[in-house]
Amino acid sequence: MARLNLWRWAVLACAALYFLVPLAASVIFTIDVPNRGVTFDAYTQIVGTDGFVSSLLLSLELAAVTIAVVLLLMVPATVALRLGAPKLRPVVEVVCSLPLVVPPIAFVAGIGTVLKWGPEYLSRTPLFQTFVAIQNPSFPVVLVLAYVVMALPFVYRALDAGLRAIDVRTLVEAARSCGANWPQALVRAVLPNLRGALLNASFLTLALVLGEFTVAQLLGFQPFAVWIVNVSGSQAQLSVAVSVLSLLVTWALLLTLAVVGGRSRTTPTAASQE
Amino acid sequence: MTATLTQVDAAPLASVKRRRRVSGRLAVIPLLAFTTIAFGLPALAMLNGAFTVKDQVTGATSYTADNLTTSLRGAYLTALLGSVKLSAVSAGIAAACGLPLAQAVVTSRFRALREAVLTASGVLANFGGVPLAFAFVATLGNSGVLTRHLGLTDKGWDLYSFWGLVIVYLYFLIPLMVLTITPALEGLRVQWREAARNNGATILQYWLHVALPVLAPSLLGGLVLLFGSAFAAYATAAAMVGSSVPLVTLQIADAISGNVLVGQENVALALSLDMVLIAGLVMAVYLPLQRRSARWLA
Repeated sequence: MARLNLWRWAVLACAALYFLVPLAASVIFTIDVPNRGVTFDAYTQIVGTDGFVSSLLLSLELAAVTIAVVLLLMVPATVALRLGAPKLRPVVEVVCSLPLVVPPIAFVAGIGTVLKWGPEYLSRTPLFQTFVAIQNPSFPVVLVLAYVVMALPFVYRALDAGLRAIDVRTLVEAARSCGANWPQALVRAVLPNLRGALLNASFLTLALVLGEFTVAQLLGFQPFAVWIVNVSGSQAQLSVAVSVLSLLVTWALLLTLAVVGGRSRTTPTAASQE
Repeated sequence: MTATLTQVDAAPLASVKRRRRVSGRLAVIPLLAFTTIAFGLPALAMLNGAFTVKDQVTGATSYTADNLTTSLRGAYLTALLGSVKLSAVSAGIAAACGLPLAQAVVTSRFRALREAVLTASGVLANFGGVPLAFAFVATLGNSGVLTRHLGLTDKGWDLYSFWGLVIVYLYFLIPLMVLTITPALEGLRVQWREAARNNGATILQYWLHVALPVLAPSLLGGLVLLFGSAFAAYATAAAMVGSSVPLVTLQIADAISGNVLVGQENVALALSLDMVLIAGLVMAVYLPLQRRSARWLA
């Protein structure tokens, strides 16, 4: 038994070394600048740097809209699958898994091709205005469309797990018997019981949008992740400092979620490392 | 009297059921409509573009398999193979490291340690991309902290190489493996180990003849998932190495942004199609394996 414990601690120590050293080194890199000694400039400069506030705001806005859209699409659909349309279940399952098969870079290659149809074929039709509008740099709707698609697999799994844990049919029937109409039954009876799943889905989407680089960069927009790369060329310390902060913020968010949602485990995801 | 009663009773029930079915379909329609436009259109455009060439002079388009053959030749083939090799090597190492780590965490008596490692895995598995690249540049890059203090450059270390990328990829692949394999490890019954020990098996024999065969589908599934994840990765490599290591994602990005020859956009689409086919193969292996392991561990 003692030998087993020794082995376990050796494994954990190796893992801790591998996972903590890059983080520690990043912090050292940002505060121990060659020829200048220890300085916290990299962190104090962040807020004042050109583009930080605007790119972060853009990312947060995109995340908020993406979360709203994906939940509005998915919550009624998954609830309906439980209540009245079980035959559609395989269809929805396949639709929500397809984005896993198409890597983000291939997806953005397709989006780019579609967007080129605008100037090439549709310049005289009203659709052209739509194409221009969804590419507005101050709020690129096309990114929301892409992010909703990319979030579908994770949101579906989170919601499905949440719905499996509660008896939706009884909840809805009880609410209906008490005189609630459909929307009331959904909002007052089902959604509160799905709080954990909804939070989980929202967090996964938030993390995905904040970290997303591929689609935004190749379509030529500048949300947060793209900004960090652009700024790294001139200010290495600053970009590492922002990276460290973004990791800490993500961690804090996940811990908050675990506490608020009362769920200790997170859904494994495979998407956002691109 | 009885007849009317049953009729009165049956009619609303049937209509409720029908209404429920109709409203169920109505609730799914927005989702299907959205994915048709936001996902279906780009997918079709990619498929279509991969098989068309545009004549530079006349502007006429025609259907051909030329793009696909080009995408499987020369530098493109090198990049495709480079991606496959990088993904296979890093997925293999990550699976081999993730299993003991997950086992150490699962069998630990400290709940707090378990929770911490699993939460950390959740963050790290999602913490790919740009921040990851910069953390490693700061650690092992040309002027990174470890590189400077340990004089690694003189020893031939180069982060912007194949093995450099492997080390970086492990940072999100190992946590992903831990997340994937933990449920399977939790499903291993204590009784199995006890039964094996009572029959005189050593720990090694228990692992070889009991635990590993039961875990095999989950392990293989995890391996395949890691491969797919590493294969699709772009942001880390793009932010870190530029194009010193040939990777298919970097090639596609170059071709899309017009950094190479004009008229190569459709080759990028053909490369994308190659990627989708490989990723599709990965999922076709993964999903049945997942179902199989669920049967054992339910």
